[in-house]
Amino acid sequence: MATITADAPGYDDDRLEEVWEDEPGIPGFLTTVDHKRIGVRYIVTSFIFFAVSGLMALVLRTQLATSNAGLISPTTYNELFTVHGTTMIFLFNTPVLAGFGNYFLPLMIGTRDMAFPRLNAFSYWIFLFAGIFFFTGFAIGHAPSGGWFAYTPLTDRAYSPGVNLDFWGLGVAFVGISTTVGAVNFIVTAIKLRAPGLSLNRLPVFVWSMLVFSFMVLFAVPAVTVAASLLEMDRLFHTSFFVPAHGGSALLYQHLFWFWGHPEVYILFIPALGMMSMIIAVFSRRPLSGYVWIVVSLIAIGFISFGVWIHHMFVTGLPLLATAFFSAASLVIALPSGVQYFAWIATMWRGVVQLKTPMLFALGFLLIFLLGGITGVMVSVLPFDYQVEDSYFIVSHLHYVLNGAVVFPIFAALYYWIPKMTGRLLSERLGHLSFWTMFIGFNVAFFPMSILGLLGMPRRVYTYPSGLGWDTLNFISTVGGFMFAFGVLLTFVNILVSHRRGRPAGPDPWGADSLEWATSSPPPDYNFAAIPIVASRHPLWDQRPLPVAASGPDAATAALGPEGAERRTTPFTTGLRAEPESTMTIPGETAFPFVLALGIAVLVGALLVTTALGALVGVVILGVGVLRWAWRTGEH
Amino acid sequence: MLLVTTTLVLAACGGGSPSTLHTSGTSADKIANVWWLMFGLAVVVYVVVAAFIVVAFVRGRGRTTSGPASRISDNAFVWIGGLVVPAVILIVLGIVTVTTGRALRAPDRGALVVDVIGKDWWWKVQYPGRGITTANEIHLPVGQPVEVRLTSDNVVHSFWVPELAGKVDTIPGQVNVLRFTADRSGTYLGLCAEFCGLQHANMHFQVVAQSPGDFERWATQEARPTAEPTSEEQAQGELVFVRSSCAGCHTVRGTPAVGTRGPDLTHLASRRTIGAVTVENTPSNLSRWIANAGSAKPGVLMPPALLSAPDLAAVLAYLESRS
Repeated sequence: MATITADAPGYDDDRLEEVWEDEPGIPGFLTTVDHKRIGVRYIVTSFIFFAVSGLMALVLRTQLATSNAGLISPTTYNELFTVHGTTMIFLFNTPVLAGFGNYFLPLMIGTRDMAFPRLNAFSYWIFLFAGIFFFTGFAIGHAPSGGWFAYTPLTDRAYSPGVNLDFWGLGVAFVGISTTVGAVNFIVTAIKLRAPGLSLNRLPVFVWSMLVFSFMVLFAVPAVTVAASLLEMDRLFHTSFFVPAHGGSALLYQHLFWFWGHPEVYILFIPALGMMSMIIAVFSRRPLSGYVWIVVSLIAIGFISFGVWIHHMFVTGLPLLATAFFSAASLVIALPSGVQYFAWIATMWRGVVQLKTPMLFALGFLLIFLLGGITGVMVSVLPFDYQVEDSYFIVSHLHYVLNGAVVFPIFAALYYWIPKMTGRLLSERLGHLSFWTMFIGFNVAFFPMSILGLLGMPRRVYTYPSGLGWDTLNFISTVGGFMFAFGVLLTFVNILVSHRRGRPAGPDPWGADSLEWATSSPPPDYNFAAIPIVASRHPLWDQRPLPVAASGPDAATAALGPEGAERRTTPFTTGLRAEPESTMTIPGETAFPFVLALGIAVLVGALLVTTALGALVGVVILGVGVLRWAWRTGEH
Repeated sequence: MLLVTTTLVLAACGGGSPSTLHTSGTSADKIANVWWLMFGLAVVVYVVVAAFIVVAFVRGRGRTTSGPASRISDNAFVWIGGLVVPAVILIVLGIVTVTTGRALRAPDRGALVVDVIGKDWWWKVQYPGRGITTANEIHLPVGQPVEVRLTSDNVVHSFWVPELAGKVDTIPGQVNVLRFTADRSGTYLGLCAEFCGLQHANMHFQVVAQSPGDFERWATQEARPTAEPTSEEQAQGELVFVRSSCAGCHTVRGTPAVGTRGPDLTHLASRRTIGAVTVENTPSNLSRWIANAGSAKPGVLMPPALLSAPDLAAVLAYLESRS
């Protein structure tokens, strides 16, 4: 191993800023490769989609508040729930987690950027263009209406004519590029760019969770890309993969879709768990109990989640033995979550618990996900699923998991990490108020749905007759929905107000243990002038002052100190133990990611309206972008 | 608190609801038992774990330095609470899954076979070997096992009568089977559970469980071709029906009307509802339905009938007499 000198040498701030600064204005905006700017963009963009999609949900809930309501037409209702579900999964939940990963993963592992900064920018542009593409359909009155899982043959051209569904099919295939590229980037960054001494067994749990997230994405996303692509081939070129009348199979689509769709639920959920592990430990002021078991649990969930997809298909007529296997796997996947629950309880049990807003959201998560997990076990039990599948019981369960157990951690993360991103604290009072409004509103909105399901209400109905005993519960649920939305609004207000007027946060407002708190708030463009040397799982608790490295003469150590930052480099370290290995140059601003994404957007748009000329233009832009990008990379 | 609310609501509701817990069929009974077992376990698990969370939190808030090591090590706590105890519960549930799952699927000799085909957006019902074709209304004898064979010739639907049994999808290109026995007479609401397009919300049906004698009488009547018109108006109505676009989609057995896209109307007057339980089968509703079905069920595939007022009245008189 190369020797690392523990040193805190002085360096020239201005000189470093000069090297790392983006161009001002629009050019800088389009060409930046800074993981922090990209991370913020991911978070802001996905929250815009979250807000729009949430407003749609309020329209849906208003329609369902009373029986036989006529607020919106059945067509509009079907479009709204399709866009709501698709947006929340593809354009909010996944990218917002990628956003947090983008911003904080490099900071947590003590490096200066992601492993592939330009690819990172590319991944964001693809996400943005795919989102705009998908919403174009809605804006021009051609929104898809086949539900967010777009089952065939309903989504075949015979039953869904027009371009509406193509916005879904092409959009899903489109955004998959972004997720996949992002996953590769996270994996390489987390394995190769860790600060010296940050061996795998010292990795913050959120970084572990992003690793599991990324590997799952790599294996799961191809399935949905295939499903959406074959669907589009059926629609555009009449291939009939999923058309039973022509010898295709309707069920094949469901297998492909859920082979991604179920891991996806855990893909969303695992980073949320990682956030919870970090936040609960920090606000209990002691190391996480059962760190190893928590990490093993995350990995176990990652594996088992690939063996449960058929629990979405228990009522499709598959044989008992086959479904029983998937039922068992769906039960078993509760165990790793149980382990994490008791590890968190053990952490708090002997800890000094501080009731700051992030911790409050964490507690809300614990109480909500407990119910989501229990109902999850219930629906894994075949006979019970025969009754509640496709009923409001499922709508309740899925919101307890995807809204409760993912959105609450995301809000905890906002309150926890925004001070790092803006340098200002959020208001605790408004935070508490927002939490209680959201928590009560959430339960009032989604708990009655589980009873509605038991009382026979199917999902995705635009109206229902009176006299079935569904009126009161639906009305209560709608009231809860508005309350929840108001709570969300309070946090938005809190963020906007504190951005201008919040108290300065300082580098480490929470007394936390991980490396992102070792640098200033907001962090400088280069994150760390000198890379920290890690000797503990909790560097900021156990190593005071935190030692930083100086640059050495050889390639392995050249990038460690401020001299490395001055040359726009960052150290490469070994995969397991994070020993200095080599130096990586961080590329500067470039427009290629934007151009490349634009080319793909043009191509997808051309497929939508099936113009060969448009497709050709897209391919040319794409080709020029790829070649020029590769050419420039070759020069480095 | 939430769980107590559930129990209360569940106990209170169910009057008019197609409830999965106020059951009248053997399959639904078995599943309701599974639910109550799981509900009991869920209450215990929720209360215990939530208590741990709240106690851990309250204890932790009250102090300024880390608490002393407990008698039980963190690892043991995590293993017992997170792995061993839940594993025992899950094994119980696994056994229940397999035993109940088997019981629900076990075939019965001498079962009454009913073929149901999911349509956009209604249900075609046939009793093989008995010459009965009807729509949106399934009659069954109480106490006799039933085997419903389900398929579709369009998109995926799902056949669900919560008070009698769990649901099974109707999928084009395959035949699925649902088995149950109705053990109490009554009329039960059935619903389409799988989203199937514009009028998924109004794709209901009724299951009428009746005594074996009543069922036989119904079946015998349903199997007959339609009766001869008994008035001039009815005769005129039949003429209009078979000559107009009605006959393109509807069958009235015993007449030249043999269309199959829409429901068989041979015994329409005997049915309680029209439009897949969208409206009650009354003369005024039927008249409005024929004139413009889309006003009651937007997007329905049946186009408005372009009939003169006298022709419409005649068709109505004819259909109203098809019992």
